[in-house]
Amino acid sequence: MSCDWQTRLDSYIDAELSAAELAQMEDHLRSCPDCASAALSRMQLKRSIHSAGRVYTPSPEFRLKIRQTIDVKKPKQRWTLDWLPAFGVGVVVVALLLIAVGLWSQASHRQQALGELADLHVSTLASASPVDVISSDRHTVKPWFQGKLPFTFNLPELHGSPFTLVGGRMTYFEQSPGAQLLFEVRKHQISVFIFQDRAELSRLSLGSSSVNRTMAFTIESWTEGGLRYFVVGDAGAEDIHALSALLKAAAKQ
Amino acid sequence: MPLFASLYNFAHWLTQNREEAEDLVQETYVKGLKGFSSFQQGTNFRAWMYRILRNTFLTSRTGLKVSSTVRLEDEEHEERVMPATTDTPESLLLARLDQEAIQNAIQQLPIHFREVILLCDVEEMSYQEIGDTLAVPIGTVMSRISRARKALRDLLAEKVRGASK
Repeated sequence: MSCDWQTRLDSYIDAELSAAELAQMEDHLRSCPDCASAALSRMQLKRSIHSAGRVYTPSPEFRLKIRQTIDVKKPKQRWTLDWLPAFGVGVVVVALLLIAVGLWSQASHRQQALGELADLHVSTLASASPVDVISSDRHTVKPWFQGKLPFTFNLPELHGSPFTLVGGRMTYFEQSPGAQLLFEVRKHQISVFIFQDRAELSRLSLGSSSVNRTMAFTIESWTEGGLRYFVVGDAGAEDIHALSALLKAAAKQ
Repeated sequence: MPLFASLYNFAHWLTQNREEAEDLVQETYVKGLKGFSSFQQGTNFRAWMYRILRNTFLTSRTGLKVSSTVRLEDEEHEERVMPATTDTPESLLLARLDQEAIQNAIQQLPIHFREVILLCDVEEMSYQEIGDTLAVPIGTVMSRISRARKALRDLLAEKVRGASK
């Protein structure tokens, strides 16, 4: 009955052996009836001690007395500003998160809006009758919008430029009516959208002038005289910019 | 109140007297509250409270009397000397003894064996926690648990042998 493993039985029943030691011990217990018997009896005794040892219970009166002692002795909660740095950090983190979410949301909305403009451009080109007023004469196209839009705009003189006016049609964007003008440059069609510059459009954060690319379309946008212009097309950025420059110049006349 | 019932049970086992146990627990809470600033966050709160209670007991009149009757162990020696086994076929009968017999046997153990049995088997502390409570190394904890259990088994074996005569 003398086995070296018996000195480790207490650690075994107290779950204090390492994983490797435990594996070794379990191997040994399978082959040593003496140790297996001793381990079993010690484990049973440990369980018996556990239940037999919980015998003394404090009286409710004593519990109350201790609670009162704690309430009296417990240091008064002093109003300190210890929490302030942590609170400050929390506020900054929340503020940064809100800003990040706001910026992300704004960027997402802007991208969605520009995508809609590109869609309008494409659907116009796909239409059997892309424009409602067909004319290369700006003096024909511009008057066509009279009474249809709550604003008016100037169209540039295209003589000497590579651009040709194809015509125009009414369009709607962000629940507002606007003008859509179709230009052509070297077989490329370019749409020019003109809307009243409203809060909804300002929230797109396009700035007073910006150039964006979405779905391979170049979109240049700016505000002039209370109007928001979008020039959308698959032509080169230089062509888009040149047409924009002509429109800007015309708007200032 | 954290640990209240467990601390009281442990205190009663140490003092063997209801009033002294209550005084001991009360003093433990007072000391704990007073010294809470010295408690190191992240360390074991339970071991810290039990250590206060045990130290308070050992410096009490009862504690001094009990501990003076116990032969002080050479802790270094204690770590090396592991008890020879006394497991016999009757060992399996020991655990089946009624609770009163086991309680009587625990009560007869010297205080340094009794406390380690209570902390390990009743409070289910790890060896590390017991070491923190008693302020001794884990090797000493292991040795003391082993010796305490041997002493307990011997007491219970006597009881079994006495009953069978």
